[in-house]
Amino acid sequence: MNPIIKSITQEYLRNDLPDFKAGDRVTVFYKIKEGNKERIQQFQGDVIQRRNSGVDETFTVRKISNGVGVERIFPVHSPYIEKVEVNRLGKVRRARIFYLRKTIGKASRIKERRS
Amino acid sequence: MEGLIGKKIGMTSIFDQNGKKVACTVIEAGPCVVTQVKTDKSDGYRAIQMAWGDSKDKHTTAAVKGHCAKANTGAKSHFVEFRNPDEAEEGAKIGDSFDVSIFEIGQFVDVIGKSKGKGFQGVVKRHGFAGVGESTHGQHNRLRAPGSIGACSFPARVFKGIRMAGRTGGDRVMAVNLQVLQIHPDKNLLVIKGNIPGHNGSIVVVER
Repeated sequence: MNPIIKSITQEYLRNDLPDFKAGDRVTVFYKIKEGNKERIQQFQGDVIQRRNSGVDETFTVRKISNGVGVERIFPVHSPYIEKVEVNRLGKVRRARIFYLRKTIGKASRIKERRS
Repeated sequence: MEGLIGKKIGMTSIFDQNGKKVACTVIEAGPCVVTQVKTDKSDGYRAIQMAWGDSKDKHTTAAVKGHCAKANTGAKSHFVEFRNPDEAEEGAKIGDSFDVSIFEIGQFVDVIGKSKGKGFQGVVKRHGFAGVGESTHGQHNRLRAPGSIGACSFPARVFKGIRMAGRTGGDRVMAVNLQVLQIHPDKNLLVIKGNIPGHNGSIVVVER
């Protein structure tokens, strides 16, 4: 990355989030503003990818809600993320596990990684 | 001052005070030196000529060297004239230097640059023609064709200025009303909301 751009975006990077990668099950605590009130919404699911780098980095969380697959993309460095909890480490062979979208039932399980 | 000369560094994004992610462009601008002041009396119009960027000695003509020497500065590579300076800047003298602190955060600026060259392009890309439309119903290879370019035996010619395929990009383009998000006077950097013309490293002019 260009060193000048790096120096500009440096202050926006946050390093308080835990390490997680594709296959891990996480809970994202996301701040939501409604008028003047602020509340925290939880979104729990499997991380299916992390992409981009630096301040632009995002991760996608997929969960099954009422039988419907729901995916949500979060910017890693967003100030709206209160915290991220890693609930379970997953063992997957690729960085982007999009094949999960085509799997149903038992096939969509992810093996657990023992750290 | 009316503006500064600079270089496009590249695009990135930052989070604004509401936590929203905003795409922005980083520009390295100034410090620029006033090399000539044009007045009604001397030139028939009012303008300030500014210079930016060091020029290598072996690439500089004696004329440029002498011109810059009048402003007590080293040879410069880029010169831009800013017409009709406002009253506060009437007092600018040859040799004065301006940097990014002439801008304010939140201010709206215009950025002039040279757009990326795109080579020989068809009318769909070049002029935004819609193309022929459907790819079925007997269409074969006319999807991006321009269609008719004129009538028949009258006027029996193609009018001048009909938009056709050709060299695209590489033009002088002005992006207007871009908000200044950040100013770093120590590094001569401006962070501007949105995108500006040209490739990274190209020369741009930021106008107030």
